[in-house]
Amino acid sequence: MFHIENVKVNGIIEIDHLSIEANKVTCIIGKSGSGKSTFLRLLNHLISPNEGNIYFKGKNLSEMDPVQLRRYITMVPQTPVIFDGTVRDNLQIGQKLSGQRVSTDEELDRCLHQLDLHKTLAAQAGELSGGEKQRLALARAMLLDAEVFLLDEPSSALDHTTASKVIHAFVDFIKATNKTLIMITHDLALAQELADTMIDMNRFSKSVVAGGVSK
Amino acid sequence: MNESSAMDLTLWQLLFAYVFIVILWVIVRVKRIPREKIIIISTLRMTVQLILVGYLLMVVFEQPHPIITLIIVLFMLGFAIYNVYKRASVTISLSIKKTIGLAMFLGIVISLIYFLFVVLQLDPWYDPQFFIPIGGMIIGNAMTGITLGVNQLLIGIKEQREKVEGALMLGATPKDASDSIINQAFDSAMLPTINSMVGMGIVFLPGMMTGQIIAGASPVSAVKYQIAIMLGVAGTVSITVVIFLHLAYKTFFNHRAQLKPFNE
Repeated sequence: MFHIENVKVNGIIEIDHLSIEANKVTCIIGKSGSGKSTFLRLLNHLISPNEGNIYFKGKNLSEMDPVQLRRYITMVPQTPVIFDGTVRDNLQIGQKLSGQRVSTDEELDRCLHQLDLHKTLAAQAGELSGGEKQRLALARAMLLDAEVFLLDEPSSALDHTTASKVIHAFVDFIKATNKTLIMITHDLALAQELADTMIDMNRFSKSVVAGGVSK
Repeated sequence: MNESSAMDLTLWQLLFAYVFIVILWVIVRVKRIPREKIIIISTLRMTVQLILVGYLLMVVFEQPHPIITLIIVLFMLGFAIYNVYKRASVTISLSIKKTIGLAMFLGIVISLIYFLFVVLQLDPWYDPQFFIPIGGMIIGNAMTGITLGVNQLLIGIKEQREKVEGALMLGATPKDASDSIINQAFDSAMLPTINSMVGMGIVFLPGMMTGQIIAGASPVSAVKYQIAIMLGVAGTVSITVVIFLHLAYKTFFNHRAQLKPFNE
């Protein structure tokens, strides 16, 4: 699905060759500052590499319509972005921005429950706790028609039990809908349990030869 | 009351007015507030600038000429654009400066043409006695509104980068991603004009109207001018800010719909 060829980003990342398969769960691990978030931002085309090419389904990312591309490849940043308004507004905004059909309240509620978030749709999103905001951002992504989901430490603000529950729910959704998940995580045990493939970003420092590590 | 009843101040009367500044100067001196110098300089500047403008306008009014009138209004416009640059609360990029200049030029020229030709219907159209003061008022008031709009847009983009990028991640176009910031900037540009329209006549009597009344014009005639001016100002601020905002937000993104690093 993704083919990364000779990509360099300002001395942060240097990848000779790397492929990421479709319909799989890929976990990205690595030390802080190893360029994990930068890597996801590259795939979401929020930034472009200084050198090299990234191909998505055989097409060069830089030649694709960036807005359409982000409707296929959506991203949830580590610090969840919460927009003004209610929980409902925040769930529907992604669908509105990407020109999709807006879900009904029933569908929205179901999505929230899947991620163990028990809030009314009319609640003010700004008043949620950090962990709740993170789940709200994940729920918003799940409602999109995207094919690829890029999650940057989706459980960083959650306690261990909730984190495990939420990530499992998200992975179940990915498997059930036959989509692709690329996720940064610090939880090595969880990564080993859920990932079809793991990428160690530490390997993409300038001195180390690049490559994916299969489970 | 008629035009001839306009009262001219004698030199002595004018000098008495400077007593206010003397009092202010003594107060800051006694209180040891280090502002004596700026008080003197600003008073001198105001005096000299206004005297020069007074004589310049007298010459221009005596020998009306379209080119001279246009040069003076364009100079005021240029100075207003420069002032917006200077009053920006954050450093502004060259592309934003160009956008401010273009928007102010277009917005003010469009509004002035409409105002002078359709509303006032001057004859001749360049009659400096109307063109210059009215142009000055529209430019000056528009400048204040535009400065607020520019500041709000720049601060909004700086402080809400994560939200803008968050919207891009969800598949938003750059326009949709910056929509709420654009709307906030428009509101803050327009609010002072709208507030002053609401308070006008009750909370304060605007300067132009006061000036006309003192000069002997009938209050009703002064009021008509004031209403027209306020509408002109509101129109100019909105046209200019709309042009500016719809050009400016694009400068924050590159052709790949990526948010550029701040100040690039």
